[in-house]
Amino acid sequence: MKIFGKNEKSSRQTAKERLQVVLIHDRARISPELMEHLRDDIIRVISNYMEINRKDMELSLANDENSVALVANIPVNRLKHGGV
Amino acid sequence: MSEVIVITSGKGGVGKTTTTANLGAGLAIAGKRVALIDVDTGLRNLDLLLGLENRIMYDLIDVTEGRQPYKKALVKHKKFSSLYLLPTSQVKDKSAVRPEQLIKLCEEMRPEFDYILIDCPAGIEQGFATAIAAADCAIVVTMPEISAVRDADKIIGELGRADKNNIKLIVNRIRPQMVEKGDMLDMEDINDLLSIECIGQVPDDELVIKATNDGKPVITMEKSMAGQAYRNIVRRIFGEQVPFMTFPKEGFFGRLKKAFGL
Repeated sequence: MKIFGKNEKSSRQTAKERLQVVLIHDRARISPELMEHLRDDIIRVISNYMEINRKDMELSLANDENSVALVANIPVNRLKHGGV
Repeated sequence: MSEVIVITSGKGGVGKTTTTANLGAGLAIAGKRVALIDVDTGLRNLDLLLGLENRIMYDLIDVTEGRQPYKKALVKHKKFSSLYLLPTSQVKDKSAVRPEQLIKLCEEMRPEFDYILIDCPAGIEQGFATAIAAADCAIVVTMPEISAVRDADKIIGELGRADKNNIKLIVNRIRPQMVEKGDMLDMEDINDLLSIECIGQVPDDELVIKATNDGKPVITMEKSMAGQAYRNIVRRIFGEQVPFMTFPKEGFFGRLKKAFGL
């Protein structure tokens, strides 16, 4: 009986979520190089508007309920003046 | 008009050959003229599942190399008079048949058969390329297991790259009790993940093993759940709308056991 396990994900759900992510990678054939390029491009665009901490930036594909998202965590050091 | 269907999966052991044998038998029972071509060269098994292992004279390689006409290599099934097997070689390797040879052979066979089913080897190498070359459509067999689903997706991608876009899915060896407990992916989950039309879900059934032991496809066993699932798939191949079977729910003792965490 699952007394304490109410919020526990079923193993079926875990399998499905893991597959959702891995299939996105497999289908897109996203190589580490491609992720690097994407990362560089994002940095280049954002740098036009703000100063960011490149070292701590994180970029990954993650899944959330029913969809897969490109998640970027980009620490901002400061905004540029008169950028826009 | 004949249809050439390749049965493929990517991962080994998910039931390609069992599916080929059962659909072949089912189509023949429905009165269709059916040829099964085993392309899993070097790992011949379709003959065993059909109980035809002692009647093989020539094989696919004899035919593709031009040593024998295909009609001499065909083995007629004892029970289903419109079912024929073209066995593969047990000694050669998977690259022994080239895609263009299989295309030519199927073209030659088409006028004589309503359905030609090709049993594809596991993997995505040369044997796979050969097996799919002649096909009008593909049936991808998978299992509710993470690696089998991933490999099925890979195979679907490869089929697309080869311009084989008529693809159907069979989810084999479902264990309804595990699905009910939330411990196994179900057909709907796999459908969501692969986005391919599903034409069958086959429950894991001990009778499949017994049927294999006897060399008689399980589709002939009236009481078998897997047999019923295969009979439904045959009807769907004919274009009939057949509702998917619902599996018996866990019995009272099962629920009781679960309630007590046993």
